[in-house]
Amino acid sequence: MSANPVSPELTPKIYASDQEPRWCPGCGNYSVLTQVKKVLAKLGSKRENTVFVSGIGCSSRFPYYLDTYGFHGIHGRAMNIATGVKLSNPDLSVWVITGDGDALSIGGNHLLHTIRRNVDLTILLFNNRIYGLTKGQYSPTSPFGQRTKSSPAGSVDFPLHPLSVAIGAEATFVARSLDVNVHHLEHVLERAARHKGTSFIEIYQNCSIFNDQAFYFARAKETKDDTTVYLEHDRPLVFAKGRKGIRLHRMDPEIVELGNGVKEDDLLFHNETQKEPSLAYLLSRMRYPEFPEPMGVFRCIERPTYDDLVIGQIEDAQEQGPGHLEDLFREGETWTVE
Amino acid sequence: MVVSMEKNRTQTNPVEVVNREDVVVRMAGDSGDGIQLIGTQMTNTTSVFGNDISTLPDYPAEIRAPAGTLAGVSGFQLHFGSHRLHTPGDRINALVVLNPAALKVNLPDLEPGCLLVVNEDAFTEIGLSKAAYDENPLEDGSLDGYRVFRVPMDVLTAEACKDTGLKARAVSRCKNFFALGLVYWLFDRSPDTTLRWMDKKFRANPAVAAANSASLKAGYNFGETKELINVRFEVAPAKIAPGQYRRVNGNEAAAFGLIAAAQRAGKPLFYGSYPITPASEILQELSKQKRFDVRTFQAEDEIAAITSAIGASFTGVLAATGTSGPGVALKSEGIGLAVITELPLVIINVQRAGPSTGLPTKTEQGDLFQALWGRNSEAPICVLAAATPSDCFKMTLEACRIAMEFMTPVMLLSDSYLSNGVEPWRIPDVESLPRFQIKHPKPGDRFEPYLRDEKLVRPWALPGTKGFQHRIGGLEKRDVTGDVCQEPENHEHMCRTRRRKIDNIAATIPSLEVNGDESGDLLVLGWGSTYGAITAAVDRCRERGLGVSSAHLRYLDPLPSNTGDVLGRFERVLVPEINLGQLTTYIRAKFLVDAVGFNKVQGKPFMVSEIEHEIEEMLDGRTS
Ligand code: SF4
Repeated sequence: MSANPVSPELTPKIYASDQEPRWCPGCGNYSVLTQVKKVLAKLGSKRENTVFVSGIGCSSRFPYYLDTYGFHGIHGRAMNIATGVKLSNPDLSVWVITGDGDALSIGGNHLLHTIRRNVDLTILLFNNRIYGLTKGQYSPTSPFGQRTKSSPAGSVDFPLHPLSVAIGAEATFVARSLDVNVHHLEHVLERAARHKGTSFIEIYQNCSIFNDQAFYFARAKETKDDTTVYLEHDRPLVFAKGRKGIRLHRMDPEIVELGNGVKEDDLLFHNETQKEPSLAYLLSRMRYPEFPEPMGVFRCIERPTYDDLVIGQIEDAQEQGPGHLEDLFREGETWTVE
Repeated sequence: MVVSMEKNRTQTNPVEVVNREDVVVRMAGDSGDGIQLIGTQMTNTTSVFGNDISTLPDYPAEIRAPAGTLAGVSGFQLHFGSHRLHTPGDRINALVVLNPAALKVNLPDLEPGCLLVVNEDAFTEIGLSKAAYDENPLEDGSLDGYRVFRVPMDVLTAEACKDTGLKARAVSRCKNFFALGLVYWLFDRSPDTTLRWMDKKFRANPAVAAANSASLKAGYNFGETKELINVRFEVAPAKIAPGQYRRVNGNEAAAFGLIAAAQRAGKPLFYGSYPITPASEILQELSKQKRFDVRTFQAEDEIAAITSAIGASFTGVLAATGTSGPGVALKSEGIGLAVITELPLVIINVQRAGPSTGLPTKTEQGDLFQALWGRNSEAPICVLAAATPSDCFKMTLEACRIAMEFMTPVMLLSDSYLSNGVEPWRIPDVESLPRFQIKHPKPGDRFEPYLRDEKLVRPWALPGTKGFQHRIGGLEKRDVTGDVCQEPENHEHMCRTRRRKIDNIAATIPSLEVNGDESGDLLVLGWGSTYGAITAAVDRCRERGLGVSSAHLRYLDPLPSNTGDVLGRFERVLVPEINLGQLTTYIRAKFLVDAVGFNKVQGKPFMVSEIEHEIEEMLDGRTS
């Protein structure tokens, strides 16, 4: 297909606004911003047809740094603002920037409902497992027992797992990536942006100030091969540089060493297009340190989008022509006074 | 086929015919009895006949309270007359009850000597005990002050339906139509309109159609042929301005107003809402009107409802949300967002009674303060209030006009009384409706997100427009550029500018009109749904020569420019409100006038006589 030749002047640079990003040095947000600009260029996105909507939190400053249309909303509500934008002008490409507190705590309700409706939005959840903007309280994704400013004796909240939540709500596109794995991140972002329907990406994002090294296991050279497994459609789950794999034992995943009679064919094969979300859910339950954590696209299926359905009903209703106020006012019983 | 009842009239019963200018009739029974249905039918018939009407449905908050109990009573009051009516009426002139509970609940509202038609079949031991009656009121003399007619409605309905093949349970559901037939006879109204409606409504179910129409006719014939009831009322048609009419309640009128505004602005309408009594009907009505490019979004909660509307407004459609007071409480942070982003947004608050969940189906004017100030920090919005059910149409159009013309949220206050109340509405000529010329910056124009015009209004640049990419949001903005700005002077400048912008709306609204003398001893000042009761009370007092005038506020922020002037021309100001004195406080603070509140918070509207009495007290018999 060559219907949309990407014009040469669409470089990542042109998507930058005149505002200097103001995140802390070493913050994972910088990398995501860079990859997003690359993806916009790659997709040939028109700046005027692109809208970034965010909630509240460090990452929610994101729209200010892009020369697209942008809306910095209130805490937890970015998905609704974005839904309103998309329903009002479905031609726009609409992105949502949110965090673990924004999307899972104060905005948890909206996340569920946006996903189940399958509004055509690309949702980037920056998970740093901490409240950064308010300076260091535990978040709904902070591990049990984590000591933070508001949990000096250790958090007694059991965490939510964003992908399990998204899959539970039957998201049509679910993926995970990591701020420092720039190529993978770019690839996942591109696929998310191309998906029609709600795309949900959890990005492990380092908060260098309040929760540094929360994702050390997945980021550090010495550990990452053993602690992460990169998903590929129709391919077996192999990690640790090909030495280990994931096999299904009854309903549960188990780690096996390859060789000694264990072949790749015995392993769990990834199928991101499976309609039934159980496999994707099982993958989302694989967590460090018991398991390597899966990275990549967990699930990518097709389902009609909410915005298409809404506009479709309007088009159907208008098939016989648009409405006339004269008729509307005269629906039901009328009478005339001479 | 419909047999016209008019043709085979056989009057055998000598009856007293009472001519009246207006009548208040209430029908009541269990909430499962279909009272609202017959109420609506009676309303249709009387309005088609040419009477002016005003109605008040009254149904329980629970969807299914236990049958036969006091909590389960559903009522429908219709006031119709040969002159202009302002309210559903204070006192009931005729009451038709289908069970003892309905009698007990409605007894306090009857005028002395009221006509009382009771379904005596329901006054059994069980029925009486469910209504907590120790004695049968039909037999203990407690109803001696009324003209009571006992009609065995269950038996007569069963008899009328015996050839329809319906089972006993289904037949018993027809007795509401028997009652309606009797009411038609009582007020000399033809059952034809209802028979025609039945024909259509029950086309798919001939047995039910037959049973219902047999019951209706049986009720009518019962009055006509039995010697039992010896009184009838006659109310001549009203002299109303010529034109085509329909009935409308406040919620329908608001929905029509939104659609009309979007059409006249050449825009799609976005309506984000979460179901809540008594506002849900607006969402339902709008969801039917897709051919007007109405995009309804039933959100997961109140906050999603308003924030989706804000997103829609940013994108350039006409955006609105509707709810009741508890919903406004949840939306208040969203309203603040629309204030600081200066986006057009219409918020309809159909007020209901009580803090918290309160009395969800009852009326109140308790949200004026919430509308004016119920947000964090300095967050001024425009506040309007509709005065009558059909006025909801006009004021919704106004809300949309102001929102788009001034790039601001506008809250329109309606209430349960207006949303349920039905009145005739003269269908407006579409061409006479205002046309809204909406300006959006075009490529080539100078554009800055917060560059203001002479009215202090910022531009509405739409996503999709090349070169005008900009970012807005909840953080304070530098004026003109719209960049995030924390500077103290800028913040004060923006707070004052947002306030002044709302004040500038005053130049585009009508001045406050006085009903009666332009100056004098006493002004009755109202807002919102008390219009009918206040106007009727003041008119009656003036007819009796009392020196009193009234004025009604439809614009509460900004107030009409001449408000202070009008108040200053009267020695005293009386402010009746269905709350504990919110407008009174506002007026006193704004104009330093010694306004006196007249307040009632019972979940019920004012009776005309209550206000009349209050006026008399204040004037102490002084005439003008
Ligand atoms: S506080 Fe943490 S998340 Fe926020 S900008 Fe700094 S490093 Fe990034």
